[in-house]
Amino acid sequence: MTNPMRDNQITTDPSKPAQRMRAGSMSTKVLPWVIAGAALLVLPFVFTNNSAITIMNQMAITIIFALAYNMLLGQGGMLSFGHAVYAGVGGFACMHVMSNTEFFAMLPLPALPIFGGLFGMGLAMIIGSFSTRSAGTVFAMISLGVGELIAACSVIIVAFFGGEEGVSGNRTYAMPFFGNEFLQQIDVYYLIAFWLMVSALLMYLFSRTPIGRMANAVRDNPERAEFLGYSSRWVRYYSFIFSGFFAGIAGGLFAINYEIVTEENLNTASSGVILLVTFLGGVGFFFGPIIGAIAFTLLQTVLSLQTELWAFYAGALFLATVMFFPGGLAGLLMMHVPAIKLGNASKLVVPYITTLIPAFIGIMGVSALVEMTFHVRHSSVGDEEMTVFWTTFNSHDLLPWAVAIGVTVVAFGIMRKMLPSLRAAWADANTSKGGAA
Amino acid sequence: MDLVLVNLIDGLVTGLLLFMLSAGLTLIFSMMGVLNFAHASFYMLGAYFAYQISLALGFWMGLIFAPLIVGVIGAGVERYGLRRVHQYGHVPELIFTFGLALLIEELVQFIWGRNQMPYQIPDILNFTAFAISGNSIPAYKVFMIFISIAIFIGLLYVLTKTRVGMIIQAALSYPRTVEALGHNVPLIFMGVFGVGTALAGVAGVIAGPVLGTFPGMAFVLGSIVFVTIVIGGLGSLWGALVASLLIGWITTFAKSYNIRMENILNSVGISTPENLSDSAFRDIWAMTSPQIADILPYILMVLILIFRPYGLFGNREA
Repeated sequence: MTNPMRDNQITTDPSKPAQRMRAGSMSTKVLPWVIAGAALLVLPFVFTNNSAITIMNQMAITIIFALAYNMLLGQGGMLSFGHAVYAGVGGFACMHVMSNTEFFAMLPLPALPIFGGLFGMGLAMIIGSFSTRSAGTVFAMISLGVGELIAACSVIIVAFFGGEEGVSGNRTYAMPFFGNEFLQQIDVYYLIAFWLMVSALLMYLFSRTPIGRMANAVRDNPERAEFLGYSSRWVRYYSFIFSGFFAGIAGGLFAINYEIVTEENLNTASSGVILLVTFLGGVGFFFGPIIGAIAFTLLQTVLSLQTELWAFYAGALFLATVMFFPGGLAGLLMMHVPAIKLGNASKLVVPYITTLIPAFIGIMGVSALVEMTFHVRHSSVGDEEMTVFWTTFNSHDLLPWAVAIGVTVVAFGIMRKMLPSLRAAWADANTSKGGAA
Repeated sequence: MDLVLVNLIDGLVTGLLLFMLSAGLTLIFSMMGVLNFAHASFYMLGAYFAYQISLALGFWMGLIFAPLIVGVIGAGVERYGLRRVHQYGHVPELIFTFGLALLIEELVQFIWGRNQMPYQIPDILNFTAFAISGNSIPAYKVFMIFISIAIFIGLLYVLTKTRVGMIIQAALSYPRTVEALGHNVPLIFMGVFGVGTALAGVAGVIAGPVLGTFPGMAFVLGSIVFVTIVIGGLGSLWGALVASLLIGWITTFAKSYNIRMENILNSVGISTPENLSDSAFRDIWAMTSPQIADILPYILMVLILIFRPYGLFGNREA
């Protein structure tokens, strides 16, 4: 007896590399792009103050960079520990174009990132010629070595990298673009948003071309791809140089937005951050890095205002993602597609609420304990007052500790109690009515 | 000549210190096929634990207990972290250890703060052992050399002469067969991971007073350790030893002899351009060997990976 519902089910398991891209490639519609474009147009009218626009600029640049990075990690299976180098070099190149005043005066500012892209691409062509011979550990090690090398060179070769203070410039010396000199943050926002749409679309289209599909094949099984007649090395090389191009675009936009590029833009720490962003968002889907960049930038700006320990929380979140949700945020979202297609999503709402609220409270309890420990250890002598979650108390008293520990234990206890019902609801929601799937 | 001798000793100290880290790392790699990015973080933990213990019980207790604690933490990481991530493949494993390195650095800052800890050489070793034409060699350096050599000999003995070592070696190459013979291979893996991280802990304990105990210490040494085992050949203990000494000596000699790029280029027949200060390559002309000493290992690694991807002594591609 065949089940007619079964054909409608998507059996995508984001943890299996062979199935990673399948679900992402199903959305070949124009609608998401139109919505995204409209959202980019409207957003500055919703969030009008300058700091919000600054955050959005940063977010958009990170999105382009993360998407470029995911061309390697998610689509090509190449783990790079030095990808900030290409963005950084693109940024430096744009800075040097800016400081060449005669040439810059004839160049409209929106065209500037192309130079960053070309320089990033050129560097990627040189490095990629030997680093893409194999994927895996060798590629990762070469990327780390080259990354360290170029970061170290930035202090030695002062003519190009400007030493420790970096290179700065002024974007307003460009040829006015329809009378606009990009004096305001909002003008820069639209410039960046334009490049975000263009590069995201191009990167998406790249993933749909034969070479982009072959990158997936080479990622999953290089040997078999070779038997089909494709050189896995060249396939990796093409992915690598295009990724270098878009990373350079991101670097160029950084140069326009901040008007200064320093060694920090290409060191290993920045490369680590982009890995974190991409993996957090989910490497298995095209839109994963977009979610990752938005979530990470928000986390960074909001958390760093609230606590000194934000990097600690980000690290813990990253580790938890690797251990428990290797599909990232995008993988988590896409897990729900089968249930929605079956029309069973509503069955999950109540179990989610009863499990996630205690889990959230438990995590808040843990973070309160972390903050209190930090305060006890590091505040100056005599300063015993502290404020966590809008409550001010004495961190050396017993009562707040008892409350925090109690809340945490009880919350996690409730969560454990609720987990089986969530599991049951999950299994139920993913089963079609006709019988067990 | 005397300066050469002093540099040889300094390079030996650096090289042996690197070796203590790279030995554990290369063992772990040949066992699990994954490079442990957090290896240098365990080195840092060793230094911090030893500092904390030395406050209460003195340096020697730190030397004994800090590596033990680090080893237990390492074994725990393997058991509850890596083993779980292993099912997703090598790239997530590498990303996991990378994240772990980040987290340990944050954790150390969380507990001990950002400043350097006043972790000192014990008084009993704080004297000059001997002097070579005015350059004094502290006793602590001699102590470091002896500890490292003792550990290397001990490791070699355990791995090649004892029954446990035989089982470990067999488990590295044929885990399935060894498991079929009734040995608990996951336990062996956990043990090797624990011992490897404990070795890194020992290195941290003895290097902490000399190189400084601060949150960036893992990052400073971490990438050099990778470079070492890649150059030596992944999975090769002898390769790790040779590469460690090579890197130790290269960096020490490059730092103490001021070789100018200008002289090198002149000697191969390229003459200095007339208006050097305007030239786009002026920084390359002005480069000196102390300036680039720290990046020489990376250059060496990239060259090795291009021309001999399995390293100096390795027998398989990385």
